[in-house]
Amino acid sequence: MDVRSQVSMVFHLDKCIGCHTCSIACKNIWTDRKGAEYMWWNNVETKPGTGYPTKWEDQEIYKGGWEKNGDSVSLKGAGKFKGLKNIFHNPHLPVLDDYYEPWTYKYQDLFTAPEGDDQPTARPVSLVTGEHMDVQAGPNWDDDLGGSPDYARQDYNLNQLSQAEQEAMFQLERMTFFYLPRICNHCLNPACVASCPSGAIYKRGEDGVVLINQERCRAWRMCVTACPYKKSYYNWHTGKSEKCVLCYPRLESGQAPACFHSCVGRIRYLGVLLYDADKIQKIASVPEDQLVDAQMDIYLDPFDPEVIRKAQLNGIADSTIEAAQKSPVYKFVKVWKLALPLHPEFRTLPNLFYVPALLPTMATVSNGIYDSTSKSLWNDVSQNRLPMKYLASLFTAGNTSKIVEVMKRLMAVRLHRRGVTVGDLNRNEISSAMSEAQVDAETADAIFRLTSLATFDERFVIPPAHREESIEMLENTGDVKGNTGFGFKERPARGL
Amino acid sequence: MSRDFSMVAKHADQWIPCHAGSDGAFWMGVTHVILKEYHADRQVPYFMEYVKRYTDCPFLVELEKEGDHYKPGRMLRANRISKYKDIENGDWQLLNIDAANGRLVCPKGTIGSRWAKEKTGNWNLKYEDFLDNSAYDPELTLLNQSDDVYQVEFVEYGLKKTALRGIPVKMVETIDGNKVPVATIYDLAMGQYGVGRGLKGEYPASYDDDKQAYTPAWQEIFTGVGRETVIKFAHEWAGTAEITKGKCMVIVGAAINHWFHGNLMYRAAIMAQLFTGCNGVNGGGMNHYVGQEKLAPVDSWSTIMAAKDWVPGNRLQQAPIWHYINSDQWRYDSNQMDYNSVPKDNKYSQMHSADWTVMSVRNGWMPFYPQYNKSNLDVVKDAEASGAKTDDEIRKYIVEKLKSKDLRHSVADPDDEINFPRNWFIWRGNALMSSAKGHEYMLDHYLGTHNNKIADEVAGRLVSEIIWREAPKGKMDLVVDINFRMDTSALYSDIVLPTASWYEKADLNSTDLHSFIHPLSAAVAPVWESRSDWQIFQALAKKVSELAPAHLPKPVKDVINAPLSHDSPDEITQPRMQDWAKGECEPVPGKTMHKLVFVERDYTQIYNKFISLGPNIKSATLGAHGVSFMADDVYAEMLEDKRHVQKVNGVEYPSVKEDVEAVNAVLTLSTLTNGKLNDRAYKNMEKKTGLVLADLGEGSKDVRIDYKDLQSQPRRYNTSPLWSGLMNNGRAYCAYTYNVDRLVPWRTLTGRQHTYLDHDGYIAFGEHFTTYKPSPTPQVYGDIRKTVNDGKAVMLNVLTPHGKWHIHSTYGDTLRMLTLSRGIEPCWMSEEDAAAIGVKDNDWVEVYNDHGVYCTRACVSARIPRGVCIVYHSPERTYTVPKSQVRGNRRAGGHNSFTRVHLKPNLMTGGYAQFSFHFNYWGPVGANRDTHALVRRMDKVEF
Repeated sequence: MDVRSQVSMVFHLDKCIGCHTCSIACKNIWTDRKGAEYMWWNNVETKPGTGYPTKWEDQEIYKGGWEKNGDSVSLKGAGKFKGLKNIFHNPHLPVLDDYYEPWTYKYQDLFTAPEGDDQPTARPVSLVTGEHMDVQAGPNWDDDLGGSPDYARQDYNLNQLSQAEQEAMFQLERMTFFYLPRICNHCLNPACVASCPSGAIYKRGEDGVVLINQERCRAWRMCVTACPYKKSYYNWHTGKSEKCVLCYPRLESGQAPACFHSCVGRIRYLGVLLYDADKIQKIASVPEDQLVDAQMDIYLDPFDPEVIRKAQLNGIADSTIEAAQKSPVYKFVKVWKLALPLHPEFRTLPNLFYVPALLPTMATVSNGIYDSTSKSLWNDVSQNRLPMKYLASLFTAGNTSKIVEVMKRLMAVRLHRRGVTVGDLNRNEISSAMSEAQVDAETADAIFRLTSLATFDERFVIPPAHREESIEMLENTGDVKGNTGFGFKERPARGL
Repeated sequence: MSRDFSMVAKHADQWIPCHAGSDGAFWMGVTHVILKEYHADRQVPYFMEYVKRYTDCPFLVELEKEGDHYKPGRMLRANRISKYKDIENGDWQLLNIDAANGRLVCPKGTIGSRWAKEKTGNWNLKYEDFLDNSAYDPELTLLNQSDDVYQVEFVEYGLKKTALRGIPVKMVETIDGNKVPVATIYDLAMGQYGVGRGLKGEYPASYDDDKQAYTPAWQEIFTGVGRETVIKFAHEWAGTAEITKGKCMVIVGAAINHWFHGNLMYRAAIMAQLFTGCNGVNGGGMNHYVGQEKLAPVDSWSTIMAAKDWVPGNRLQQAPIWHYINSDQWRYDSNQMDYNSVPKDNKYSQMHSADWTVMSVRNGWMPFYPQYNKSNLDVVKDAEASGAKTDDEIRKYIVEKLKSKDLRHSVADPDDEINFPRNWFIWRGNALMSSAKGHEYMLDHYLGTHNNKIADEVAGRLVSEIIWREAPKGKMDLVVDINFRMDTSALYSDIVLPTASWYEKADLNSTDLHSFIHPLSAAVAPVWESRSDWQIFQALAKKVSELAPAHLPKPVKDVINAPLSHDSPDEITQPRMQDWAKGECEPVPGKTMHKLVFVERDYTQIYNKFISLGPNIKSATLGAHGVSFMADDVYAEMLEDKRHVQKVNGVEYPSVKEDVEAVNAVLTLSTLTNGKLNDRAYKNMEKKTGLVLADLGEGSKDVRIDYKDLQSQPRRYNTSPLWSGLMNNGRAYCAYTYNVDRLVPWRTLTGRQHTYLDHDGYIAFGEHFTTYKPSPTPQVYGDIRKTVNDGKAVMLNVLTPHGKWHIHSTYGDTLRMLTLSRGIEPCWMSEEDAAAIGVKDNDWVEVYNDHGVYCTRACVSARIPRGVCIVYHSPERTYTVPKSQVRGNRRAGGHNSFTRVHLKPNLMTGGYAQFSFHFNYWGPVGANRDTHALVRRMDKVEF
């Protein structure tokens, strides 16, 4: 057992209101610079939709992530070998138009326009070329199902659905959407780290944050291709790649990253997970339908004395172990099994987990009259507007029963709480729903509390960095490229 | 509940996509089910107790005979029966029946008891007789003890049908010896909602009866929502309310407020709440998130804002009325009865809205400035020249001149040059685009510049009170915008005074719905030449004072036409709707017409008065909403702090020169932030109500919050009689809990929440009951009379809701948010409608009607239903607006280019209890949601 500490995340999608405050917070702090205009380290997508960069989920196009290769895995498009072969030609790289061409407006025209028959107006100009431009895309172009014929209907995850099922999703009676905020997953098996020919990308031993050393980056852009989530970006001005740093200067002082701190819907949770690094290779290589469960196995019980002992031997500070015990992420992911990784089939073992949204009940329309299909206060989750197959494509590598389990557990909490606050539901129905979902009253109340009432300090349990390690965290990062996801080649000085 | 599958619908358990503007019909159906199953078939005790105590349901309404049937009329006044014939404010005292013995009782808590001068201290909701304090039990229904059952007419405006329905009545002997039939409002509500309870008449046969109002089947016709869904919703609503004792809440944004019949939609939803006891209960209630732009410490703030510390009168204008008249939008408006569903049996419902406005202003219902076709100062001088010495004599002079029409109200002749408004300061708003309806009309008649309206002037033959002249262009001489953004209003202004933004100044921020008060603090210095608003107005005051010696060197007497105001005895001045100008009564200022208030103006002293807190604080009460208190001692304390004193003409005053000083004056003098004053205000309320209330302020007696306190942390303010939510011991703010928990009356006619509005104007317009009226059709509404569809366009109802990251036009036009959206404010439309006109996503489209045109890009989406399109408000002319092809290559406008103001007359009534003017509270809305426009693809895009 090789116990390590990972700062991990949960986003509760039922709470996301799609306000993009997270994106703005991140943009203002990190990417408001020349060459970074098009970058949104944090972005929020509407699902169904094609996202940013467009169709990023489709690895037939971008060749990101890992693929199963016998008992192990190898990079799909940008591996060491493939990468070296194509080092001067990286055909799967997204181009600017796959993101969007950033623009501004020629505001000065409002002041300097000559006298005329009507008012002047400021036209859009490119932030890259400075020329007038026709705005055709943006980092959130398909917000709220905007342009549904071209975007929502082209969503990669619809491939799992029949044509008729797809069409139904865009009819009034069952249409729905939800928001998917995305940042770097700070994966346990990061493809970006593995792909970098310069060894510039590393995963910090102390907290698992994945960083690109700007001194060492040589602009190969293999990480851009390798990251299946497209969360590594190339800065055309500096000639370096950049990515989410999880606001590590804030983390190190115990503060939540800006996107977490600013979240209006309070959908975000951050906490420590302890994991067994010896298992990475094995778990990243299991068959697809086992990926979710297998990933759960890697995370360790922070109350287990053996885990604690091994963690201490590995130099993990007591404050970190305590944080792991209080971690809201541990509860959502491991204890309650409500949060799922995004596209686990990319096999990077992401550390950002999503609680899927319960979306409203379907309806029927006949002769122009709309009626809800729900006969009781809430319908069975099978009546949810969004097909389970769609959610399974996003969060369980296609394992529908896994999604249904989560949805039933979420619904059981609701039924239980209605029983507590109003008490008008049939007691037997509530208890059978709860036993099916394997949730008892105490757990349901705890889930409710952490979902709805949790304070800042309950949502973000962050062990501040230790002062004595502060220099080496910056100077002696000690990680190198290659299969580092499978274990660190060079152990940091403190034996972590 | 929303037409489109919105960002809110996404979070719901159920989505009810009722047709745009039909929300009221849905709620009518819901309330029908509630009354049938929870009131008639089974009486839920909590609901019964609630409507009895907190609503007007037990009050008696007189039925008026018409042919072989009856019509519901006004509430029976207490002074009509012998027992109460001499009661104080008898026209404003009403009647209940005692369930114990059938006797008539005059309840406490009515507006008559509120303003009683003799028998004070009885304005409360106790079950007691006003005259003898005897206890009684209000009877809700006469079902089992009626003298007779009369067939009463109920009008339904959706299918345009009337129904005669049996209502149990009691015969009451009046002082003139007549026997008049009366019914309880509760029984009439049952009749209105079509719940028969075994009574004879045209009651619906069942929920499936779609011919009779207001069944679940009937509402299907208008909403497109199935009856089963309505019934299920009603069960969930009432079932929850029964168990939780009223914890059902409606949260609504601005949407409803913008429909022509928005008042009825609100009332329809509120009825479902009243009949299930949900108002004034934590977890329940109507939470209406619009118009929160008020500073919660309104008691002190309103005093300083309106300079009442120096001058006891002010001119505060209701905006939609002002723009409707002054920007000449009335000239394009047909008679409102053409598009408003009204009874045609009375003169009031047949008048043009412009004539209504004139009538409303002269009778003191609504304000209108400028006042007269002569300088106000000259009017007073003329009066004095003719021998008038006292205020009363000047009043008499003015009344005579108005009567003889030698002096005319400006509102009656807005297109005479003498009546033009000349200077327009646009402050804290974006009137030229974002907020004011009828943008293109303003461009023409205010600014005299390019515009894209093609509508005909149609009012000429339809009006008689307002004078018809040739339409003027460009009434305004000077437009000044005080703003921190280059928005559309700034683009059109002669002068822009750049103001400091939130992080560049000291200020306060709060609303009446959120019980905290926040500071704005300067994190950075104001950019370039900008200053705080307070400093900008101060600089203007200084300049005026500097120039005054040359123009108005001496103090002058000004006369203010002030409307009859809410929360004052003005609200019991007009028991009947009468128009003195038509000879229906004599013009008496402050009674049958507006007030004439005299103030002295010394223009040389404006700056001095601006920077110092005036002496009226010592001598007059502060307060708002009928709450008042003296603050003379606090004023004296303020003078002791010599760091913050202004010496003006040798006299010391508390200083409000610096921003922080003004902020601290607001905080020091408000009940919300000064516990001593709060305690005083509660004690005054105890005197008015005869209730124990001061305990509510006990815990906050020592509270004293100043600006520095707020800077260290925003504070929750005191539970105060100023607002109706009790917050003691950390309780969440919920409106009306003060009334429900402590029996303080609502500030209405009955002192209860009204299900029935018996004002003559409401009866004339058929809105005495909550009812459903369909949205006006585009042709009669005047949107699409001249605009012709050549087959390449589709006609859609244009909705302009708040965008998810706009506050009106602010934020939405920042580069960040434009980048996160589409770089423009697009027109969202359905896949089907787009396909019908060959529009693909992001194609350029024109959205146009008789009023004007907006050019933008289409955002084609499956979440938008057919028949509507959405332009989130608000676009700006400042970015990416091309030239319109349908208007011959002229620059297009924005979302208010395709709107025009429509005023609903019964929202302009006054002098009658809650229908009395209060700035920012009572008056008609501009109404823009009923708008239709054509949408077509742009083949050519030019800038």
